[in-house]
Amino acid sequence: MDGAAATAVPSAGLLPFGDKMEFLGIDLPSYSWATVFGSAISGVFLGAVYALVALGLTLIYGVLHIINFAHGSLLMLAMFAVYFLWKLLGIDPYVAMLIVVPGGFLFGYGLQRLIIGQSSHGRDEIILLVTLGIAIVIENAALFAFSADERLVQVPYDMDGIDLGVTYAVYPELAALGGSLLITLLLWLFMTRTDTGKAIRAVAKERRGARLVGINVDHIFAISFGIGTACVAAAASLLAATYPVHPQFGYLFVLIAFTIVVLGGMGSFVGALVGGFIIGITEQLGRLYLGESLGLITISAIFILILLFRPTGLFGQRVR
Amino acid sequence: MLEVRDLHAGYDGVEVLHGISLQVKPGEIVAVLGSNGAGKSTLNNNISGLYRPFAGAIAFEGTDITGASSERVVELGLVQVPEGRCVFPNMTVRENLELGGYRRGREHRAQNLERVTEVFPRLEERFAQLAGTLSGGEQQMLAIGRGIMTEPRLLILDEPSLGLSPILVDEMFALIRQLHGQGLAILLVEQNVVQSLTLADRAYVMENGTIALSGMAASLLENPDLKRSYLGM
Ligand SMILES: Nc1ncnc2c1ncn2[C@@H]1O[C@H](COP(=O)(O)OP(=O)(O)OP(=O)(O)O)[C@@H](O)[C@H]1O
Ligand SMILES: [Mg+2]
Repeated sequence: MDGAAATAVPSAGLLPFGDKMEFLGIDLPSYSWATVFGSAISGVFLGAVYALVALGLTLIYGVLHIINFAHGSLLMLAMFAVYFLWKLLGIDPYVAMLIVVPGGFLFGYGLQRLIIGQSSHGRDEIILLVTLGIAIVIENAALFAFSADERLVQVPYDMDGIDLGVTYAVYPELAALGGSLLITLLLWLFMTRTDTGKAIRAVAKERRGARLVGINVDHIFAISFGIGTACVAAAASLLAATYPVHPQFGYLFVLIAFTIVVLGGMGSFVGALVGGFIIGITEQLGRLYLGESLGLITISAIFILILLFRPTGLFGQRVR
Repeated sequence: MLEVRDLHAGYDGVEVLHGISLQVKPGEIVAVLGSNGAGKSTLNNNISGLYRPFAGAIAFEGTDITGASSERVVELGLVQVPEGRCVFPNMTVRENLELGGYRRGREHRAQNLERVTEVFPRLEERFAQLAGTLSGGEQQMLAIGRGIMTEPRLLILDEPSLGLSPILVDEMFALIRQLHGQGLAILLVEQNVVQSLTLADRAYVMENGTIALSGMAASLLENPDLKRSYLGM
C-alpha cells in the first residue's frame, strides 16, 4: 500500500521526544505533538475519501436494505477507467471525474435495473449473493484484462502543495478533501431539495406509500445504485494520483468503508461523513504508533468495539 | 368511472378474492363493508396496481388498468389513501405533502398545498415536524392530505377512521362529505357500518372474498341480514 505517502511527506517535527510512552505494557514511540497533529491532518484527507466511498455504500444500504458487496470492485473498475483515460488519452485524473461520475451512474443504474433487480425477484438474501457474484466477475475480468500489476497515474503536481505549518498538504490531498466535501454537499442538496431525492428518501422508509403516490420503486432503486456507484467513481478520481490501482484494490477500501458505515450508523449520511474522518484519523495515528501493518488493526478493533457496545452506530436509529 | 369485473386476486397463488364485481359512478360515494379479512384491502391494492390480479378486469374512465403499474394508476387520477396510512416517517409533513404531487398534480402543487392546509389547519402548524412523530389522527390527516395533493378523480379511502377517537371519527366523516361535496368520487372502505351507510350513495358488503350484498345505502341500512351480522340486532 502506498497510503503511507500521506505520512511520508515532509512534516514539521519528525523528532521524537526522548521519553517513551507505554500502552498495555508495550512501549510506544513518542512523537512531538506537531508530528501527531500532522498525522491526524493527513487522516482527515484520507478520511474524506473514505467518507465518499462509505456514502455510496450507506445510500445503497439505506434504500435497498442490502450491503453491496460489489462496491469495492466498482471502485477498482473506476480506478482503472481513470488510469486508462490518463494513460491513453492524457486526461488529468481530476478532469476525468466529469466522465467517470456520469459513467459510474449509468453503469450502476444499469447494473441494478438489468441484472440485480431482475435476478433477485425482490428477495434480499438473493440480492446479496448477486452483488457478491458481480464482485467476483468484475475482479476476475480485471485480473484477466489488466493482470495483477500495480499502475499509478502520475500528475506533475503530486508533490506540490501548501505548507500548513504543522504539516505540508500536497494538492492531491487537498483535492481529496475539497472534492469529497463538495460532493457530499451536492448529494445532500439533491436528497433534500429535488423531487427525485425526496422520492429516494421516501422509498427508503415506506415503499408502499411511495408506490401509492406514483413513485416507480424499481427506477428509484436503480437511481440509488447509480448514485452509489457515482460516489465510488468520484472517489476513484480523487485517489488515482495517490494510490496505485490493481485488481484487488477495492478490498481494503470497502472493508474500511463498511466499518465506517457501521460506525456512523447504517444508512446515515452524517454518520458516513463523521465516521470517515474518525477512521481516517485513527488509521493514520495507528500507522504512526503501531507501524505500517499493525496500524490497520485499530480499524478492526473499532469495528468490533462498535458491534459490541453500540451496534446501531453513532447516528443510527434503533432497529425498527 | 371505476368498473371492476369478476376480479380474482390473492397472494402467492392463494386466492383471496373470488370474483368481485363493483362499480363507482362519477360523483358517487360507494361504501365497501366487510369484516376483518374479507378481502377489502386486497381489492383496493389490486385496483391501485400494488398487486397483479389473477383474473378479471379493472377499468378506470374507460381505460383498462388490469395489471397496470401503480404509477400508471396514480397518473390517471385513481388515488388510494391506504390502511395504516403509509406516510413517510423520516420526512417532514411538508415533504410528505409535496410528494403527493410527485406523479400527478405537480403543476398546481402550491395551490393544492393551500387547499390541504385549509382543510387541515393542524397540518400547517406541523409543517416542519417529521411525519413519524405525528399522532395517529394527525398521520391519518396527512395521508388524506397527501392524497388530495395528487388531484384525485376517484379517491379510495381504506378505513380512514381506524384508530381515531369518536370525535375524530365524526370529523373524518364530515371531511369525507366535504370532499364529496366538491365533486370527488369516493370509494370508502369502512368498518363503521352505520356512519358509512348514512354517508354513501351505494354500498357493497364483502364476505370471504365475494360480494354478499349490494344496493342503495339507504336500503342496506334496513336490511335484516346486515343488521344481524354487523350490528348484532
Ligand atoms: N401480503 C399478504 N400476503 C398474504 N396474505 C395476505 C396479505 N395481505 C392480506 N392477506 C390475506 O388476505 C385476506 C384478506 O385480507 P385483507 O387485508 O384484504 O382483508 P380486509 O378485508 O382488508 O381486512 P381488515 O378489515 O382487517 O383490514 C386475509 O386472509 C389476509 O390474511
Ligand atoms: Mg383492510
